[in-house]
Amino acid sequence: MTTLDNSRAHELGGHGHHEGSYLTPKGGFWATVWDWATTVDHKKIGVMYLCAVLFMFFLGGMAALAVRTELLNPVRTEQVKALGADGKELMENGKPVMKTVITGQWLGDMAAWWKGQELTSIDQGNNWYNRAFTLHGAIMVFMVIIPSIPASLGNFFIPLMLGAKDVAFPRLNLLSWYIYVTGSIFAVCSILIGGVDTGWTFYTPYSTTTDADHANVVLMVLGAFILGFSSILTGLNFVVTVHKLRAPGMGWFDMPLFIWAMYSTSIIQVLATPVIGITLLLLCFERIFRIGIFDPALGGDPVLYQHFFWFYSHPVVYVMILPAFGVISEIIPVHSHKKIFGYRAVAFASLGVALVSFLVWGHHMFASSGELGATVFSALTFLVAIPTAVKVFNWIATLYKGSIALTTPMLYALMFLFLFSIGGLTGLPLGALATDLHLHDSYFVVAHFHYVMMGGTIITFVAGLHHWWPKMFGKMYNQFWANVGAWIVFIGFNVTFFTQFFLGSQGMPRRYASYVDEYHTLHVISTFGSYLLFIGFMVHLLVFIHSLVAGRKAPANPWGGLTLEWEAASPPSEHNFDHEPIVTHGPYDYETTVPPHWNAKDYPLPALPANHH
Amino acid sequence: MTTLDTRSNPIGADVQSGEPGWKRYVPGHHWRTADEEFDACTLGFWLFLATEVLLFAGLFCGYTIMRYKHPEAFVNGSSYLDWRWGALNTVVLLISSYTMAAAIRAFQLDRQKAGRLLLAITFICGLGFLVIKFTFEYTPKLSGWFIAIDPALHHYASLVDGEALGGLFKHVAGYGGKAPGQFFSYAFSSDPWEPLWWSIYYCATGIHALHVIIGMTLIAWCYRRAVLYNAYGPSHYTMVENTGLYWHLVDLIWIFLFPLLYLIH
Repeated sequence: MTTLDNSRAHELGGHGHHEGSYLTPKGGFWATVWDWATTVDHKKIGVMYLCAVLFMFFLGGMAALAVRTELLNPVRTEQVKALGADGKELMENGKPVMKTVITGQWLGDMAAWWKGQELTSIDQGNNWYNRAFTLHGAIMVFMVIIPSIPASLGNFFIPLMLGAKDVAFPRLNLLSWYIYVTGSIFAVCSILIGGVDTGWTFYTPYSTTTDADHANVVLMVLGAFILGFSSILTGLNFVVTVHKLRAPGMGWFDMPLFIWAMYSTSIIQVLATPVIGITLLLLCFERIFRIGIFDPALGGDPVLYQHFFWFYSHPVVYVMILPAFGVISEIIPVHSHKKIFGYRAVAFASLGVALVSFLVWGHHMFASSGELGATVFSALTFLVAIPTAVKVFNWIATLYKGSIALTTPMLYALMFLFLFSIGGLTGLPLGALATDLHLHDSYFVVAHFHYVMMGGTIITFVAGLHHWWPKMFGKMYNQFWANVGAWIVFIGFNVTFFTQFFLGSQGMPRRYASYVDEYHTLHVISTFGSYLLFIGFMVHLLVFIHSLVAGRKAPANPWGGLTLEWEAASPPSEHNFDHEPIVTHGPYDYETTVPPHWNAKDYPLPALPANHH
Repeated sequence: MTTLDTRSNPIGADVQSGEPGWKRYVPGHHWRTADEEFDACTLGFWLFLATEVLLFAGLFCGYTIMRYKHPEAFVNGSSYLDWRWGALNTVVLLISSYTMAAAIRAFQLDRQKAGRLLLAITFICGLGFLVIKFTFEYTPKLSGWFIAIDPALHHYASLVDGEALGGLFKHVAGYGGKAPGQFFSYAFSSDPWEPLWWSIYYCATGIHALHVIIGMTLIAWCYRRAVLYNAYGPSHYTMVENTGLYWHLVDLIWIFLFPLLYLIH
């Protein structure tokens, strides 16, 4: 009943040689660095992506905290009596001299202090705020969420789950990591030389007119263009891997659902990213040569940019969320030891989401498109609810009567169900035209997409990291403190973003540096929530560092999973498996299969019909 | 092999053994057979071609919308293009597509010399395309400098006001300046939106020319490997095959660009 016929291979005296784990250093320090820098091993590349993504997550998170801190106090100007050097009020013609003081501009004050100047106008400070939220948005979308699960966990686990030694094109895989790093360097450079204040969408005419004498926008846009290449190459690699490198015995419907989700994701990456590629290239030309395609003064059309942008960026919303669906579809069956409910429904729902994703870009432009177009796009948008709801119901049905273990990954998966449902349901009033006109460009939208993107993808990314951490690094982590971290993140997240639903429905517009006093309390609550989030993630960081330094050695199959990656050692050897695995059971057949590396005595299977072995 | 190591290149090593490279080829360690590797490479390459098509789809979409908004500017701008140069370039690329396909066939039949020759002809055709594009089309339109053998020059004989490189290039007064966007300085344009047309023209043909250059680089690389190692033969010709696919795409895109840019009224 085992999948990997290790035992038989040993009996045959076969080449059951045990290689070292992929983490074993190759010689001295520099030799190891060189080994990692030139590796074509998908596991090392996955780990390198993980490090890069986590670093960018930290940068983007810092920008988010800066944004929230700025919003602690609204920006105000006051007239106060000017004081002389002796501390007394200055008088002129018998009247006190007045001067203008700007309060509540934390970011502006910081920047001015850094440059040794005094803040003299509200615009200066507001520009810093604009740069901070652009930085946050661009980094989190292009450099964190898009590559988070696919490039790190996907790279590491797709070949393992398929029973393969590597992805289809290992060198291309390494290349795409370097392209990712190059694109990120471009983006970081544009920040270092002053930042971009266009918002992460680079809408024209902001992106063609602001900061007119700086190259920042071109650098940032080129960065996003380069990152697109990395995304395309990774997606292409994964599609071919899934088609061509499945282990013997693994048909399409024997694949783990994570693979289905990654397959759908990769198709979107391959088909949507080229369009943003040409768009961003045209935007650069627009900036450098003023070619005029997006500039009405030269005969172009700025709304065309929005169409181009969202034709990519809406499908990419599903590049962000589909891998999360895949991770949840793994975690829930494993940690409740129950067969997934409706395997095919979940698999086809992934493809369904990928298909619908190409038809709904117009819903980002309800306010700038005509009535008929908006109505059609609104109707199509509601279609998205069908496959996503199919998935949520299937996960809940899987939990029903399962033996649920409240491990950290499972805790996170349950939190995901909660947060993602809120995120999904608040999408409905945004998809309906009448309510959207009220909520458009308000904090309601901000809260909605944070519930989906962060509550969906980032939470799941962390869940997946905890699920596969023992496999990736061969070390267990402290479950108690990881759970504490999870609860802090959960509470912090809701405090931060649930308040923003109220702010938005009361009319607080997004991207504003200041606000009327009525919003003050809610903004303060939201900001303290974001600090709590930061603490939660720091707890996780410490738990992981502790695990790497002093963690207990992880068994090969700590959770009792049935997918092929649990056959391999923890951490896997350089070639993943000692022998090519042969698949003899489905990925979720908990009723009929003792998990690999588990003792049959500890895992009493339910009584089965006699003809079933 | 889990590290990048050129010494592990199965064809590059052991050249002295006398065996042709394609016979010595060993598939990557994660493939069961060379056939599976070939299938995967071809599938991957078709996916890549799909991304290229989508990249140009964005350009064609921009072209359609801009032409819909400013039809006169497009007709007017297009009238400066000589359809004969476009047609000649179409013929050049069609010939090169044939020689490329024939080169793949030659390698499949282990006819090494024919394969190399056909690759070289394909490369030369690509070069010819670029020469026509840059010398007879871009340069005069941007700067007013014509190469002396340009047949169009006799229309403007009375306007020639300068020579360069010993008469190899001749300058025609007032002809240049048909540049994209803010660099447009052509004095006799009759439509205010003409800079936009030139923007589209240079973006589309420029990005296409970049693809021609990439394709020629791939062909040159194949040629080099064929000469040095006899790298391609009946049982292993993945790279020539995919280079061919790329070259056909470059050709195909031009076949769409030619009527859209040159043949509108």
